[in-house]
Amino acid sequence: MARIEAEGLAIEYPLYHHNARSLKRRLMGATPRRLKEDPSHRVVVAALRNLTFTIERGERVALIGPNGAGKSTLLRTVAGIYEPVAGRLRVEGEIGSLIDPGAGMEALATGRENIVLRGLYRGMSEAEAEAMAEEVVAFADLGEFIDVQIRGYSAGMQVRLAFALATAMMPEILLMDEWFLAGDAEFMARAEERLKQLVTGADILMLATHDMAVVRRWCTRAIRIEGGVILQDGTVDEVLGPA
Amino acid sequence: MATSSPRSFEHDAARPERGARARADLLEGFQRWRLAWVLARTDITHRYRGSVLGPLWVTISTAVMLISLGFLYAKLFQIEVGVYLPWLAVSLIIWAMIGQAVTEACATITSAEGVVRQMPLPYSVHALRTVFRNAVVAAHNLPLIVVVFLIFGVSPGWGALWAIPGLILLAINVFWGSLLLGLLCARFRDIPPIVASVMQIAFFLTPVIWKPELIEGAQVYLPLNPFFAVMETMRGPIMGTGASATVWIAAIVYTGIVWAVSQAFFTRFRNRVAFWV
Repeated sequence: MARIEAEGLAIEYPLYHHNARSLKRRLMGATPRRLKEDPSHRVVVAALRNLTFTIERGERVALIGPNGAGKSTLLRTVAGIYEPVAGRLRVEGEIGSLIDPGAGMEALATGRENIVLRGLYRGMSEAEAEAMAEEVVAFADLGEFIDVQIRGYSAGMQVRLAFALATAMMPEILLMDEWFLAGDAEFMARAEERLKQLVTGADILMLATHDMAVVRRWCTRAIRIEGGVILQDGTVDEVLGPA
Repeated sequence: MATSSPRSFEHDAARPERGARARADLLEGFQRWRLAWVLARTDITHRYRGSVLGPLWVTISTAVMLISLGFLYAKLFQIEVGVYLPWLAVSLIIWAMIGQAVTEACATITSAEGVVRQMPLPYSVHALRTVFRNAVVAAHNLPLIVVVFLIFGVSPGWGALWAIPGLILLAINVFWGSLLLGLLCARFRDIPPIVASVMQIAFFLTPVIWKPELIEGAQVYLPLNPFFAVMETMRGPIMGTGASATVWIAAIVYTGIVWAVSQAFFTRFRNRVAFWV
């Protein structure tokens, strides 16, 4: 049964590959809220601070907030990529993530090869992955491009492939960043159809977006994040105001 | 559809359970060696996609290097070509294996950046990928030894089979080395160039083109050089002279050190890697 439970969750993102010393000097002067020094004197971004929430099965949650609010970081944390520096996170259910469309794709491999590869990444056997490839090929509807190296794909085509891939696995928890909205109208309609199926299977959708129309149409709950903390958490109407 | 991707997990900052999680990572990584194998194969085909001879280029460039260095240095060292060239062939091919593995080990995590940031995958899979990729390249080079031996009529005898435990030692070193260097290079981006220059110096300091006999007296100190010890466990048996007990002990001790340091570092910093790439 799908469920996400976070308690006092905090993620700090160390800033390594730049001049930390001059930044530190600047931090002394200002009174920064999100950039700070951790106990071992590294400059860190407090990406998420003290988040507490529970998401039950069947909920479609929109993460809203300005750029840099921590939406993508939260998705990555729920995906199990980032481990918290404080607090607790418990995720029950199989996760499918659509966080970065190009990630884990081999630019020099064809669309079909990438589908098989992704299946293997997800722990399938080669035979299972090839069986899944047929289904993904049908949904992505890329025609002859499926056997072309994906470096020759347009951004929209990459998105279609990535979306088809992530949803073909029928995850119990689907994590999405808003880049997938780059598909064309016809694809978006089919994507919506597919997501509906996925969610009526009593699973969880977590979607980071700036598009309020999408929130109203697809989601049942909205969490507003700003500066790494939750400002509002409630039904879409409560958070966005009545339509 | 059955997948073994993580179904549920719990991260609690108060109980990081580093040791258990590192062991789970290693266990799952080895269980999924098939994935590492497919990725390694993909790396090789991509490296040579569009090329006519493909991975054979590795063999050809080694052969060219061998012929040019072989005749020159046989003359410089005043050793008969028929004696020097087979020895050089074995040395160069083993060194190419070690040198390439160490250099590629540095990119173990950084080259998989996209995957690391997108899905939770055992980091040991990336280290295995480096091991397999280097094994494939080595498989293209090793037959060259047979060719050279046939041309010069060298027969090492059954003792050459002792090179197999030597190869296994090397594989263990490459795995743990990839994990350690992969992590270190993800965190400190200055390490790959340092490693590259260290390897260049090591090439000249290790008896690769010069025979150990040439430094009479100092020969007993050679096993202090880890590259020499690991190399000699393969070269000795292949040349039919075998490797001394000192060399074997040294090679096993160095391997143990790499393993211990790497596992300790991995256990401590595994959960930070995603922030480093």
